[in-house]
Amino acid sequence: MFFNEEFETLPRPALEALQLKRLQSVLERVYANVPFYKGSFDKAGIKPADIKHLADLQRLPFTTKQDMRDSYPYGLFAAPMEEIVRIHASSGTTGKPTVVGYTHRDIEIWSELMARSFVSAGAHKGDIIHNAYGYGLFTGGLGAHYGAERLGASVIPISGGNTKRQIMIMQDFGSTVLTCTPSYSLFMAEEARAEDVDFKNLKLRVGIFGAEPWSEAMRGEIEEKLNLAAIDIYGLSEIMGPGVAIECIEAKKGLHIWEDHFIPEIINPETGQLVAEGERGELVISTITKQGIPLIRYRTRDITSITYEPCICGRSHARISRMSGRSDDMLIIRGVNVFPSQIEAILVGIEEVEPHYLLVVNRVGNLDTLEVQVEVDERLFSDEIKILQKLAKRIEKEIKDMLGVTCTAKLVEPKTIQRSEGKAKRVIDNRIL
Amino acid sequence: MKVEQISIFIENKSGRLAEITRILGDAGINIRALSLADTSDFGILRLIVNNVETAKKVLKEKGFTVSKTEVVAVEVPDRPGGLSTILQTLDSGQINVEYMYAFVEHYSDNAVIIFRFDETDKAIETLKSTGFTILEGDRLYSL
Repeated sequence: MFFNEEFETLPRPALEALQLKRLQSVLERVYANVPFYKGSFDKAGIKPADIKHLADLQRLPFTTKQDMRDSYPYGLFAAPMEEIVRIHASSGTTGKPTVVGYTHRDIEIWSELMARSFVSAGAHKGDIIHNAYGYGLFTGGLGAHYGAERLGASVIPISGGNTKRQIMIMQDFGSTVLTCTPSYSLFMAEEARAEDVDFKNLKLRVGIFGAEPWSEAMRGEIEEKLNLAAIDIYGLSEIMGPGVAIECIEAKKGLHIWEDHFIPEIINPETGQLVAEGERGELVISTITKQGIPLIRYRTRDITSITYEPCICGRSHARISRMSGRSDDMLIIRGVNVFPSQIEAILVGIEEVEPHYLLVVNRVGNLDTLEVQVEVDERLFSDEIKILQKLAKRIEKEIKDMLGVTCTAKLVEPKTIQRSEGKAKRVIDNRIL
Repeated sequence: MKVEQISIFIENKSGRLAEITRILGDAGINIRALSLADTSDFGILRLIVNNVETAKKVLKEKGFTVSKTEVVAVEVPDRPGGLSTILQTLDSGQINVEYMYAFVEHYSDNAVIIFRFDETDKAIETLKSTGFTILEGDRLYSL
């Protein structure tokens, strides 16, 4: 099923011709209207007219989050404020937030791409979409909301929080599609269990989860506990918001990135050079139809890989793999690269352990130490010390075997690790490097 | 023949024992016997209480991990060597004691010891056949 069959299945030569035309047009616009881009293109000695092929994109300089901070709040806007109809901002981890503006047409396109994403996930007109992404400056809530309306589904704008009420509404209103962060979906499952609500008795069919990296193992757990098909969605406010890329329910293998609006590249984060198809690296995105704040070669810091192989769903758009972390939340522990998502996959594999964990990194003398705190499930708990100690040892051993890093596993009481209803905090790094 | 014990998972941080005993106290639960096993990171608090189900329920509601285990309460002569005779009996029956702790109250003139065995039924049989008295849960909870 497609929302916009013509564009979702556009043969690659036509798609690439469209990309080039749109790229050339956006480059002209940013060069003329955004002093930052005029400056950075001039510094690199490139004029928009020099971009004659898609491959020429590599010659353009990157845009980074720091560039957005330096232009706070509106410096990168390419449209005059009277054309901006919406402003969103992403919470800055340090200092000021990153601000984005949308023209009326930007909102139209975003709504369409989100509607395409819903259809790709298996949703349709007539679905009751329980939208538990936060409404507000965060793009998740309103982004999914507009897409759901564009699709013609019934949207419940429940936003985040008040989990008991969420569960009641899902039951009573007959929600068929759930949208929220993957960690919040598991939090809901726990709450439901405490309330004696069985997800098997709900009408939920599809869950669309994003805004934080998760793992294939976690998908298995969510699908089992919530009794639905769990679909990975990707987006970021700088580029648009949710709906930049999404899995198709037919394959659930890689996220189709809507290439008629975005050009993806995968680079080596150290060198900035493109990596080969299928190789892991940092995702870089150029927006080619945006008016409010078009970004050229924006470094997302998200680590993924890309494939242009045809997909069984019939969409011609390239697929990026599940995000395996951030190029900036990668932990280097005694020289070993560790992504929190890798540890998560191991923990879910040890069936007794709930995937609520926290990595605490310290430096003792010159040595990095990694402590993996995991919550002990009720069903696992034993009255014998040795059985619990064996579990901790097994976690340590599996992490050592799989990742090559020595850690200490610490068993903690259920619900002691902070649950967030937005993004899960998985790492505390106390090292001063 | 068996006695129900509740075990609670606690992290080694200040105030956890106080919290548990407060919760039980508020619910009108009387602790009849207890033992605490600990490691550097966590501990297991094992309790014999006068109302197992209520104790389990109120602790779970407060977010604690709680489990129920069957243990055996044995009357032990309160004199030098009293415990030794029981342990020798068990040893000759090749029964392992996982852990044990003493009951607060006396029963008749005897002390009461709580045992957790690897093979509970075999242990009960061995002890009974050698003349030891095993206490029923109902009598023990109300001692």
